[in-house]
Amino acid sequence: MALPFEKPIEDLESKIREMQAYADEQQVDLAEEISLLEQRLERLKRETFAHLTRWQRVLVARAPGRPTALDHVGAFVDDFVELHGDRALGDDPALVAGLGRVDGAGVVVLAQQKGRDTKENIHRNFGMAHPSGYRKAMRMMEMADKFGLAVVALIDTPGAYPGIAAEEQGQAWVIAESIRRMSRLRVPAVAVVVGEGGSGGALAIGVANRVLILENSVYSVISPESCAAIRWRDAAEAPRAAEALKLTSADLLEQGVVDEIVAEPLGGAHKDPATAVAATATAVRAALASLRGLPVEEIVRARSERFRHMGRVLVDSA
Amino acid sequence: MALERWFRRQRPTRGDDDATPAGLWVKCSACHAQLYRKDLVAHLYVCKECGHHERMPVAARIAMLTDEGSFEPWSGDVRPVDALGFVDVEPYAERLAAVQQKAGRPDAIVTGAALMEGEPVALAVMDFSFLGGSMGSVVGEEIALAAERAGEEDRALVMVAASGGARMQEGALSLMQMAKTTVALEGLASRRLPYVSVLTDPTTGGVTASFATLGDVIFAEPDALICFAGPRVIQQTIKQDLPAGFQRAEFLLRKGMIDDVVPRGELKRRLAAVIGLLRAGAATMVPGALPAGA
Ligand SMILES: [Zn+2]
Repeated sequence: MALPFEKPIEDLESKIREMQAYADEQQVDLAEEISLLEQRLERLKRETFAHLTRWQRVLVARAPGRPTALDHVGAFVDDFVELHGDRALGDDPALVAGLGRVDGAGVVVLAQQKGRDTKENIHRNFGMAHPSGYRKAMRMMEMADKFGLAVVALIDTPGAYPGIAAEEQGQAWVIAESIRRMSRLRVPAVAVVVGEGGSGGALAIGVANRVLILENSVYSVISPESCAAIRWRDAAEAPRAAEALKLTSADLLEQGVVDEIVAEPLGGAHKDPATAVAATATAVRAALASLRGLPVEEIVRARSERFRHMGRVLVDSA
Repeated sequence: MALERWFRRQRPTRGDDDATPAGLWVKCSACHAQLYRKDLVAHLYVCKECGHHERMPVAARIAMLTDEGSFEPWSGDVRPVDALGFVDVEPYAERLAAVQQKAGRPDAIVTGAALMEGEPVALAVMDFSFLGGSMGSVVGEEIALAAERAGEEDRALVMVAASGGARMQEGALSLMQMAKTTVALEGLASRRLPYVSVLTDPTTGGVTASFATLGDVIFAEPDALICFAGPRVIQQTIKQDLPAGFQRAEFLLRKGMIDDVVPRGELKRRLAAVIGLLRAGAATMVPGALPAGA
């Protein structure tokens, strides 16, 4: 299904397809006409995506067909072995953990996984982890430290799950502990926001040395819908809330929340997943390479400093 | 030092600094008993009919927890910035200015040094009456500075949390304060200085999911709402009624999430006692015997 602003693009695409089919069927040469339309399509995409509103970016970040965290993992992690369970409460399919290799070096992978279809989405709880998921993540961080494996975290969640059991099992506590555990990692950590970075549930695995974000991903303290419901008392004001929250990749780079934007193929990652996951793979490899060989103390110190200096304030001189 | 001036001005009135309705009588928000206002203040804002703990102004909280005359403010030099140019039904900058004027402080927290039954501590008290105690860059920075200074001055840190969570008007920068405050607490841990958190009504969202629940010891006030997601959000998500007492301090005590529910009148003594015990233990240890950050 096309996103609302994609309609003109899809219309043009189907027109090109029809023309191609007609040309094939009738054995006529429409190459020139088709080429002109393709140029027009390229221009249209470029213009549309250059001027997306923040809310439209949110829609792209959530678009069906957008590569999921595990799609990205498949592109840059070799020999991936999923490891299950938090050794206390259960196994949370919303937060996938495992071991693998990147450029030959072992890594611990943490991936917030949304579904590729309704069935998987239900299984994955739409990427919303329970405390068990964060406990599993912390268990994997222990393993990373013990065996000297870098951590790669892929973030894609509307947020930590807001439910009765999640609260009873200390959702807030495990997020806080996961933030602390990750800040203490003695190995390099790279995080990539590949879709939605939803609040504390995202940050819990986002305390990395390098934080990357895909061009059309968003990272926010609150969803635009919830923000609108609170600030405008109307969830339908989500587009205005998205503008106010400044949650796009470009905004976050400007705020210093992320270090690097990974370019998406024209039209968004959901239009060309293969190109998108390849770009992520290149960026993650480069980020890991830049952190390789640093002294442990420097890795810990630099990560702490990165987060210690977050925010904008004015300081009165005494 | 605007804050210091404010403290001098306010000190004689001891805790009447917030928006509690004026007048001789107030109604208990739990049992609706009519309470003589002066009595309520004298009883630390606890209803003498039903024991309900009303929200408490920051100055009264500080007076209650510290040895008389010992509190010296640290916070107040850090001011908020409207980094996003956030506008909803009114601009954040204007809302902020109005609240600052009313509160007489730049943001939703007061920190400082104090003695607690003779024990040197750093104390941080969040102000729920200031934009719901929300954590933006200033709250995060003041907590980080207080934690760092507590480490340098060999003080335990006592945090009195009261917050609706991260301040959405500061966007992702407010989210990042969760990590900032957490890393700033590490200096206390590596020096084996106790960090004790007191969760008061309400403590929710990104504050609960960061420094507020990282205390070596976590106390909560009776009946305080303490949660990650608020009851309304959960109800909308699961479309079921919530269990009785859900997300209240006593419920969380039963679930094993906090160390104890402590009535306000006992709080200072209990805090001083655990800090004293932890510090006595730490004093017997060889410095640096644990790995950094452990
Ligand atoms: Zn009462």
